Amino acid sequence: MQFSESWLRTFVNPVLSSDELAHLLTMAGLEVEAMKAAAPAFTGVVVAEIVSVAKHPDADRLNVCQVDAGDGALRQIVCGAPNAAAGLKAPCALPDAVLPGDFRIKAAKVRGVESFGMLCSARELGISEDAAGLMSLPADAPAGQSIRDYLDLDDCLHTLKLTPNRADCLSLAGIAREVAALTGASLTLPQISQVAITDSAAHAVHLQAPDACPRYCGRIIRGVDAKAPTPEWMRRRLLRSGLRSISALVDITNYVMLTLGQPLHAFDNARLCGDIHVRMATAGEKLLLLNGQEIALSDDILVIADETGAKAMAGIMGGEESAITLETAEVFLESAFFAPAAIAGRARRHNFSSDAAYRYERGVDWGNCANALEYASALIVEICGGTAGAVTDAIENEHLPKRPVVRLRPPRLAKVLGTPFRAAEITEYLTRLALPFTRESTDFLVTPPSYRFDIAIEEDLIEEIARVHGYENLPAPEPRGQLAMLPQPENRRARFRLRQQIAGRGFQEVINYAFVPEEWERDLAANESPVRLANPIASQLAVLRSSLLGGLIDNLVTNLKRKQSRVRLFEMGRGFAHAREGGHQQPWRLALLAYGARLPEGWGRDANKVDFFDLKGDVESLFAPAELSFARSAHPALHPGRAASIWLAGRNAGYIGELHPRWTQQYELPAAPIVCELELEALTSRGLPAYAEVSRFQPAIRDLAVLVDQALPLDDILRGMKQHAPQQVCDIHLFDLYQGKGIPEGRKSLAFRIVMQDTQRTLSDADIDLVVTRITAYLEQNFQAQLRT
Amino acid sequence: MQDMDRIVEEARAVFAATDDPDALEQAKARYLGKSGRITELLKGLGALPPEQKRTAGAVINQAKAMVEAALAERREAIKQTELSARLAEEALDVTLPGRGEAQGGLHPVTRTLERIERLFASIGFAVADGPEIETDFYNFTALNTPADHPARSMHDTFYLLDERGSLAQGVLLRTHTSPIQARYMQAHVAKYAGQESMPEIRIIAPGRVYRVDSDATHSPMFHQVEGLWVGENVSFADLKGVIADFLRRFFETDDLEVRFRPSFFPFTEPSAEIDVAFMRETQKGRWLEIAGCGMVHPNVLTHAGIDPEKYTGFAFGFGPDRLAMLRYGVNDLRLFFEGDLRFLRQFV
Repeated sequence: MQFSESWLRTFVNPVLSSDELAHLLTMAGLEVEAMKAAAPAFTGVVVAEIVSVAKHPDADRLNVCQVDAGDGALRQIVCGAPNAAAGLKAPCALPDAVLPGDFRIKAAKVRGVESFGMLCSARELGISEDAAGLMSLPADAPAGQSIRDYLDLDDCLHTLKLTPNRADCLSLAGIAREVAALTGASLTLPQISQVAITDSAAHAVHLQAPDACPRYCGRIIRGVDAKAPTPEWMRRRLLRSGLRSISALVDITNYVMLTLGQPLHAFDNARLCGDIHVRMATAGEKLLLLNGQEIALSDDILVIADETGAKAMAGIMGGEESAITLETAEVFLESAFFAPAAIAGRARRHNFSSDAAYRYERGVDWGNCANALEYASALIVEICGGTAGAVTDAIENEHLPKRPVVRLRPPRLAKVLGTPFRAAEITEYLTRLALPFTRESTDFLVTPPSYRFDIAIEEDLIEEIARVHGYENLPAPEPRGQLAMLPQPENRRARFRLRQQIAGRGFQEVINYAFVPEEWERDLAANESPVRLANPIASQLAVLRSSLLGGLIDNLVTNLKRKQSRVRLFEMGRGFAHAREGGHQQPWRLALLAYGARLPEGWGRDANKVDFFDLKGDVESLFAPAELSFARSAHPALHPGRAASIWLAGRNAGYIGELHPRWTQQYELPAAPIVCELELEALTSRGLPAYAEVSRFQPAIRDLAVLVDQALPLDDILRGMKQHAPQQVCDIHLFDLYQGKGIPEGRKSLAFRIVMQDTQRTLSDADIDLVVTRITAYLEQNFQAQLRT
Repeated sequence: MQDMDRIVEEARAVFAATDDPDALEQAKARYLGKSGRITELLKGLGALPPEQKRTAGAVINQAKAMVEAALAERREAIKQTELSARLAEEALDVTLPGRGEAQGGLHPVTRTLERIERLFASIGFAVADGPEIETDFYNFTALNTPADHPARSMHDTFYLLDERGSLAQGVLLRTHTSPIQARYMQAHVAKYAGQESMPEIRIIAPGRVYRVDSDATHSPMFHQVEGLWVGENVSFADLKGVIADFLRRFFETDDLEVRFRPSFFPFTEPSAEIDVAFMRETQKGRWLEIAGCGMVHPNVLTHAGIDPEKYTGFAFGFGPDRLAMLRYGVNDLRLFFEGDLRFLRQFV
């Protein structure tokens, strides 16, 4: 909400600069998010009257004006404005005046004729964009008065960013009340007296939905001149509040709303027929709104209807048919209270908003409806003329919002805010806030006023006390609390530790959106029913990812475009899927991608591209000391011959592989990246170290090379060997793999290193030979292995 | 006996003129070898009478010792020279770059989250996690958000479709990390049910959150860190103390002003917005909105089964993306989610 400071100061005028006022409001929870001057800085401009106009002897388009600038003598000014005419009042910049843009005015000759100043347009003063001619001032503007004073141009416009609980500050009177409470300055609200009732016309009002509308005041004013001009002062205040002037009747209703916070609606009374019914719409009832939108009403929308049907969406927007026009001769003026719950969300549902709905859904002062109606009536009669009928004030007291007494206990206040307050301080703060209270023992029993919709419990009062006291004046002690050590489960690895470990292996962390294009899920995860958003911001962000892979591939594409030839990325995040038993699964995952050279470019190293086994090594190291097994397996994203599922203690822990050539081509990648995606839970949980006795005897080492079928997976052989090896064997691992020259077609040579040790004695040659013989025999029998000699 | 001195002198000169270890050994043979001059002299002793033998023997042995010393000295010198030459030859261009894997790095936001977690852990805040597909109940209702609150609308909150393509009832993408508050409190209460009083709750809950918003300063996905401290005597003053302490430690400066100004959130009362202003940096004195906070609303405590008369608490929500931007001077939020290595590598 934007307001004019000088207007505010007509209600409350504390000794504060504009900046101080803004700071005061901000620190009280009424954040001033913008401040701007009503006009740019300029000096030396006064109100002047053109007394006579003569043609310039040497220029067709120029006039020589005799101007009364209020300083006793006429001054001659050459002027080219088309609207310069005798009798016009306009701003006049005197010699030495400085206009916006640092434009200094001097007495000068214009085409040979002396000119002592400049008559100004509104644009030249920076007030508006109107440059069509001289700025025309009202006939009663006093010549010689500073234009800044006359037009109140030293005003400051503040924009408040109000929180939804402070509907009471959506008016000048409300802000003034707040400023008075915060500063102790005196408050003068507009004097409102009842207009004389000189007309007998009236509508009966029926409150047929009293929960939604417990109070409705209305009155007819006949014989109004809808074409009467809006007074300059009102027009200016509206403009400075961000509202354009439309017509006197509309302007008056807006002006009263801005002043008092009570939205008003003026109907063209000639379009109303019979009694007024405030009722819920019947489903499907049609209404053409003022904004030109025709809507089909639903039965949770409150309407103002006459005997013929709905005329307005109550508290939201009037109907086009009963709208006032410049031809309107009689108005029916409405000032009502509509319950927030009956208004909230309705305008938004039909994709519009209105100042009235904005206020009603936050809460309007039902105690002020009649007052606001009187204020508007008086302004209408004064500006547009007419005769006012009696006020119909329909009220259902038991349906009005309740304002139960709220108890404030000083010890509770001290407990919540962390500092004690004396009873005298509390009394002062409540009094300044105009919150009526009584005392019961040490407690304060507060009855919130009808304009406060945000005081229902003790904490609300505690906040009020804190606000007036000033949050900045509350203490801020160093933290104190119960000391207790945090659990540090040793069988869990912190995610940050894991991230550091991954980063240590050359991977850079990224964070991608959880929403992805649907085709990523279909192509890379064969997911035909991803979790879909009901209201995505864009069609390519319409589904939730089940896999983190698409994001990493997309990052790769982005980085390749930016000439990054070696890319190693990882991301940790949740994957999302429908759960079989209903609901959703959202496990944490870790995905890695490696692309380009195995090592960063440099001297003296192999220039090989990263391959499956490089990333596999990374994965194994992340899981160490746990041992993984890898099984060749199909995955929609991966090359069928170069993909594996990863197993940890019999449970699937993820997959790894080279991107399928189909996707490599589709994403226009020069080569296939190696990727993996792991279940984070499998990585973060781990066992505690288990001690085993270290042998004091020398280990014996024997190497064993065998020829086996080329297609035989190593893991089968190795696992079998380990299972069947005698207990002295403490390690068997592959140290060489060879196929090609010297090896028969279809076979490969595997070289194993066998480490043997006994905890009780040194192994003899005979012991060792026996072990090797048994292992060899196992290999021969089970894998048709041939010993290489 | 002058002969002996001459022999020693001569041997010294011969040794000194030799640079090569083999040549030195040959030179040694000329004096100390089987038929070396000193050996010959010693052999000649046998022919001398016993008295002369003793005197002459002593003189010859002395000379022998001197020649041997000269030899050892020369051997050592030659070894040193050879070592120096080898060392010179083996010298590397130490300015060539090192080999091996380059260091990767953490995302600036995670890096920031880690700092935040550590700082709060140092005063006893544990880390809590919660689901990102959240229920309407935990995201709104348990947090005292009215049924018709605008934040619940599809303009602000992402809702989901079920498998049949209709609106999934009661689930959404969490719009803040505050539901973790509600979940954690409930679990805490259950854990200590039946006991006269429960230990304090001190947690922070970092994570991704989602809102229907996308422009230069808003991303539809961003991060939050929720903080919660509930106990028998936790006050608004404590909230101010903890936050001020945190911000000074996080930014590692005392040249920082922190202010609390009243605000409104359905789940806290009193509520505040936290602004900071740096007194040294380029934007000196400009207030930047950095977090929302307040005393946990009694309805929220009640929802979780906590007696708001006995226990009070505060909650706060920081934007770690914003904190990271301020800390590292990043000027565009979108950079965090573009995966550009040239940007990300700056935070290694």
